[in-house]
Formats: sequence, structure tokens, C-alpha cells
Amino acid sequence: MSEENINDKITEIINKDDVVLFMKGTPVFPQCGFSSTVVDVLSHVGAPFQSYNILEDEALREGIKTFSNWPTIPQLYVKGEFVGGCDIIREMYSEGELSDLLKDKGIATEA
Amino acid sequence: MLRHKYLELNVSVKQTIEEKLTAKFSPTMLEVIDQSHKHRGHVGSKPEGETHFHVNMNAQAFEGESRVARQRLVYDCLKEDLEGPVHALSLKLGTEE
Repeated sequence: MSEENINDKITEIINKDDVVLFMKGTPVFPQCGFSSTVVDVLSHVGAPFQSYNILEDEALREGIKTFSNWPTIPQLYVKGEFVGGCDIIREMYSEGELSDLLKDKGIATEA
Repeated sequence: MLRHKYLELNVSVKQTIEEKLTAKFSPTMLEVIDQSHKHRGHVGSKPEGETHFHVNMNAQAFEGESRVARQRLVYDCLKEDLEGPVHALSLKLGTEE
């Protein structure tokens, strides 16, 4: 897949759902501790999210790093905007900022 | 390939990270912790360690920068290492003295 095509695909993905997580593995079977942490945090704040397993899509795995200008996985997007990776999500959660962000963006949480 | 460079120079990855960060950010506090032992047997780990690091750093350079911007500065500084021997890097970046 060309770089242009993968960028178009990512743009579509991050705008299709309010909360999108690019991760290694799946929410039920995360393949990496950092991805697992973000899944846990999102479950705690009660935010429904759509996940994409980059281990099953090499073009997406490389493409998302360039697209976000961010060299690591996981990566979280909210309403089409890049929020951060594991460290940032964990920090925002512990300071209550993640729930605030979701509320500001009008995303209903179950927590 | 990059792994060889480190071995030839006989400089540890940890030491390289410390030197690069010190040169770029003049941190007021810097801790580079090799956490590879916690990830033994995981994807990307090596028996000799030096694959998974945690960096705890405070620097004036981060003043007024968002969390994302701070981490991008560090990732950029350690680009070569992240493409080489460093499999995972967790960051705690602040501005306090």
C-alpha cells in the first residue's frame, strides 16, 4: 500500500470512531504491557473505544508511526486528534485529565 | 547493525542515552533505568538486557511544552537508539528543579 493510501486509510479510521486505540494485540489479548495499560485505563474511565491490532497489519504498523510522528505503539486518538501513548494516557488518567478531555469532546463514559 | 556500534565502542546503551539527553536538554534531574529484566522473554528483549528503558527527566527545555511535544523532543533526540537496540522507552518528563 502506498504511503498516500495508508494515510487516507488512517484518516478514515480515526474519524470513524470517537476513541480509537492503535495497539499490539487485542483488548482481550494484549501483546504488550504498554498496550495493556491503555486498555485498562480506558476501561476504568468507561470510554467505549475501537481498537486496531497493528501486529496484523504491517502497513498500518509503519504508517501510523509516520502519520502521528510518534515512534511507539500504543497510540490513542480522540475525535480524530492524537492524544498520546502509554505514558501520557497514564499521567492524564492519574491527574483526572483524561475524563475531562473525554467530557470536553462530548464523549459519554460509563464510569 | 547499530548494536555492533555500541559493542565496538564498548559504551552501554544506558550510557549513550544519558550522554545524548544531557547534551541536548541540560537536565536538572536525570535518571535512566534499565528495566529489561522486567521484560525477559518478551518480544524484543535480549538476554544481555539494555532493551527496555525508563527515563525520568526534568529540564527547563520542557517549559511551556505539551506532554506530546516533550516526548517528541526526546524521541527525536534518541531516534537512532529507538531504531536500533532500544525496544521500549517509557518517559516521565517534567520541568521542576
